[in-house]
Amino acid sequence: MGTLAEKILSVKSGKDYSANDIVIAKVDVAAFQDGTGPLGVRQLQKMNITKVKAPTSIFFLDHAAPSPRRELSNDHMLLREFSKQAGAILSEVGDGVIHQRLVESFAKPGDVVIGGDSHTCTSGALGAFATGMGSTDVAIGMAIGKTWFKVPETIRIEVNGKFQPGVFSKDLILYLIGMIGADGATYKALEFGGSTIDKMSMESRFVLSNMAVEAGAKVGLIASDRVTREYLKARGRLKDWRPLAPDKDANYEKVIKINAAKIEPQVAFPHTVDNTRPISSAKGKKVSQVFIGTCTNGRIEDLKIAAKILSGKKRATDTRLIVVPASRDVYLEAMKLGLLATFVKAGAIIMGPGCGPCVGVHQGVLGNGEVCLSTANRNFKGRMGNPEGFVYLASPATAAYSAIKGRISDPREVIKKGKKGKIRVNKSKKGRGNR
Amino acid sequence: MILKGKAWKFGDSISTDLICPGRYFHLRSNLPELAKHVLEDADPQFASSMSKDDFVVAGNNFGLGSSREHAPTIIKLAGVSAVLAKSFARIFYRNAINVGLPLVECDTDKIEQGDELEVNLSTGIIRNKTKDIELGAESLPKAMLNILNDGGLVAHIQKHGDFKLD
Repeated sequence: MGTLAEKILSVKSGKDYSANDIVIAKVDVAAFQDGTGPLGVRQLQKMNITKVKAPTSIFFLDHAAPSPRRELSNDHMLLREFSKQAGAILSEVGDGVIHQRLVESFAKPGDVVIGGDSHTCTSGALGAFATGMGSTDVAIGMAIGKTWFKVPETIRIEVNGKFQPGVFSKDLILYLIGMIGADGATYKALEFGGSTIDKMSMESRFVLSNMAVEAGAKVGLIASDRVTREYLKARGRLKDWRPLAPDKDANYEKVIKINAAKIEPQVAFPHTVDNTRPISSAKGKKVSQVFIGTCTNGRIEDLKIAAKILSGKKRATDTRLIVVPASRDVYLEAMKLGLLATFVKAGAIIMGPGCGPCVGVHQGVLGNGEVCLSTANRNFKGRMGNPEGFVYLASPATAAYSAIKGRISDPREVIKKGKKGKIRVNKSKKGRGNR
Repeated sequence: MILKGKAWKFGDSISTDLICPGRYFHLRSNLPELAKHVLEDADPQFASSMSKDDFVVAGNNFGLGSSREHAPTIIKLAGVSAVLAKSFARIFYRNAINVGLPLVECDTDKIEQGDELEVNLSTGIIRNKTKDIELGAESLPKAMLNILNDGGLVAHIQKHGDFKLD
């Protein structure tokens, strides 16, 4: 019967639908960020719409937070004023990145979430049909509380086996995108499952769903299970949880099987995300800037592994290190755990929660010919504010270890298997920086 | 409707960052100014050298990346009459229709830089006058054709008060 995508859209459209049907679905959450919100608000004003109808309508100030220019300050003013007047929630400068805030406090299993940002698919890890759309689509969805979809066909990604120490969900998703290509799932849903996903933390799952769009997918869905329940419970949102799984006889366009144990740390080379190779082919590449953060890898789990690697070490002299927690809660938790002190001692600069340098607006724009190793989800030419810059993508562990070495380096050199299957970071002098 | 103009050829994987670079983020509320930088990182000469009604002609997965509707909006604002590509990324495709920018999915290998084209949106037939050949195109899905024919999504909703897709 139904895939996750078919099941959610059928409930939200009031009838049983399957792949390729056109449906009009209720919208639970409609969200904008400060780069797409102003255009959306102007479309609503054009239509004389002054009140929002979607049950949760939110504007996030995160891409230019705090604003580096007066034009953007004026955009922020427009969004603040509109949300107040229209009954929408405003997420202020410093609260965090849209997608992290959505999973922390708003999106829930079974929801339809639309956002004026392509990485809205992040909430798919909670079992929400969450997808990115343009300003006009989101504006209309916010205004009338519904939107239209073509129910996507689903590619099931079945992952089994255990990651090697030093390999993470970021490596898995980079590996998958490298395999199927940047348009390998265009118009389709990705549905992740298998024993590796069942055992995976919610934070790691978010990484998979976040990057579904990098394969062209409409959504990146994961069943809502005990892990989802524990996550929402810890966020004080147990009432938002409900179980949700695809039917056993669901129809998939295809099933891709991956053995997690065979995946090495991956690096996406400039200038496309599907230009992904095992770390051995990037090893030794000099890095001018390392950036740990974003809606992909700016969560506490990411900061923990990075801090573990950077603890007592220094960044390489010629390699700058920028760390940006994805939300206020991540920031507070990192503070409480002493991770921020570790980063600062290692020579990093910490910036307030937000998108940071990921979108090329501010906070770490690359110089001509400079190379950045980033934990973000995109490495397009010009992405970090300069078409003459080069962005490589990798996991937080690879990023942190490379910051010490000053070159792209394999985190398996320091991450070993510890007691009870836990990972352990090797404190040998081998990993010490040259500063 | 028959559109006429010259082809500007681009390659595969033209991202929204190449179409509408993030470094001009502050111009997003000033669309005419932003349009001066359209496709700048793919071809720095394009915006200043193109003529009104010209076509953007590209390879696979045109418009991949971010959801910024500014990308199709500034292509349209620059005066481009349609984008022809082998395939389009999903969000860009939907955005283009919503803002009334026609998209044509066809075999663009048979079009070169500077070729004179005639595109008939109703029949989906593309005439390459320079090469004296005709190309067929994929037709738009009904739902999207309805929105495009109404003049974009805002006009569609204003007209019907709701989605009217079939």
